[in-house]
Amino acid sequence: MTEKTVLNATHRALGARMVDFGGWDMPVNYGSQIEEHHAVRRDAGMFDVSHMTVIDLHGARVRDFLRHLLANSIDKLKAHGKALYSCMLNEQGGVIDDLIVYYLGEEFFRLVVNAGTRAKDLAWIGKQAAPFDVRVKERPDLAMIAVQGPHARAKVLKLLHEVDRPRIEKLGKFTTAAAQGPHGMPLFVARTGYTGEDGFEIILPQEHAVALWETLRAAGVTPAGLGARDTLRLEAGMNLYGQDMDEGVTPWEANLGWTVSLDGGRAFIGRAALEQQKAAGVSRVMVGLVLDDKGVLRHGQKVLAANGEGEILSGSFAPTLDKAIAFARIPAGEAGDLRVDIRGREAPVHQVKYPFVRDGKPCDGI
Amino acid sequence: MSEIPGDLKFLKSHEWARVEDDGLVRVGISDHAQGQLGDLVYVELPEIGAAVQAGNGVAVVESVKAASDLYSPVSGEIVEVNELLNDKPEMINEDAFGDGWIFLVRPSDRAELDELLDAKDYEELIENDEH
Repeated sequence: MTEKTVLNATHRALGARMVDFGGWDMPVNYGSQIEEHHAVRRDAGMFDVSHMTVIDLHGARVRDFLRHLLANSIDKLKAHGKALYSCMLNEQGGVIDDLIVYYLGEEFFRLVVNAGTRAKDLAWIGKQAAPFDVRVKERPDLAMIAVQGPHARAKVLKLLHEVDRPRIEKLGKFTTAAAQGPHGMPLFVARTGYTGEDGFEIILPQEHAVALWETLRAAGVTPAGLGARDTLRLEAGMNLYGQDMDEGVTPWEANLGWTVSLDGGRAFIGRAALEQQKAAGVSRVMVGLVLDDKGVLRHGQKVLAANGEGEILSGSFAPTLDKAIAFARIPAGEAGDLRVDIRGREAPVHQVKYPFVRDGKPCDGI
Repeated sequence: MSEIPGDLKFLKSHEWARVEDDGLVRVGISDHAQGQLGDLVYVELPEIGAAVQAGNGVAVVESVKAASDLYSPVSGEIVEVNELLNDKPEMINEDAFGDGWIFLVRPSDRAELDELLDAKDYEELIENDEH
């Protein structure tokens, strides 16, 4: 049974090409994925991301619980409204999911996890929460619209109630606050995203989602599909769960070491395995690749290195760069000149530090 | 979706063939196929002079989303390729049945053309595809 977001009919009326995405009927584009990509890099675009799973956690020991559940340190969140990106690991250090956690109160945190991992995440979180007496409440009543691009914030601000504008305008990165939208609708506005551009992710009661979408469209925000979302996040150097990491991959092997906090004595799930792997040496690394020749790097292609073989994880044509880019997992050590097997042809690629694109511009060396 | 020109013949795999006045066969992909693929970003063209077999892969079209093999509707020799696609692969999105053509074949066995779908049969095929 395919699930639909509250905006499904709106997407269809806009002529969207719909695809199945993790059990959800979602728009992949509304005509041209590349034009939607450019709209986000150059102006403002919006994505229906209501398929993502919002989970509220309540309880006196919720912070203790998150110290145990997450590889990143929840204690980095010191002020209400602050957000943190983290992995949730199994005992072997493999990534069950990546998520954003929002600090909303002493006894109230909110998680946003992936759509495709919803069932296993809820089961895992529920099981881990029980000893902490934390209530785990999914919020299917909420919709989520991401508005992204250099002009995204300005366009959203104009739609807010006057009294909220100065406060939301000053909202720092990775911070959230409540505000009133058109017709007084209650919005949870977070300055987060998955495109490498500035902007907001807005969570709201689903009965208001169509009205907000239409108001944003009237304000000149371009509807963009999951196709553009994928090329934008890849250019921005952001991992996609299931493609760049999964339960058989640790954060060290997915270039997510920066999200792991080995802080004083905190016994989070997977920590022992991560420390052991770090001490023994990590045998695989994730790198960024650029193809200078014509062609497209794609998931599953073989990467040939001097010290062994690897594979392309996320790979695509990058509209901002007009060439193909990819993440690859290759053996650690002296890889030498890298080549990728594209349907039997060995295409030379060069290894780069990513993000590939920042603030709408190609990064140095790309 | 633009109308399917009546003079075209099709493979089930969405390639079209048009017999030109000089007897050469021009080949491209259908408007339906370009719509399914999405924005095209790269076309691997065949070499001029290459011998091709009906039903064999001779070119590759790549969209942002996927790579797709292109089969020749007829056997013969490649006499021309659409060089414009090297710089503007999106021409296939814009005009699949016209300026977005991909290669031109000198057919060795014109009887193969009779085995292709006509425009009406192809239209039925893609209608069933969509349901």
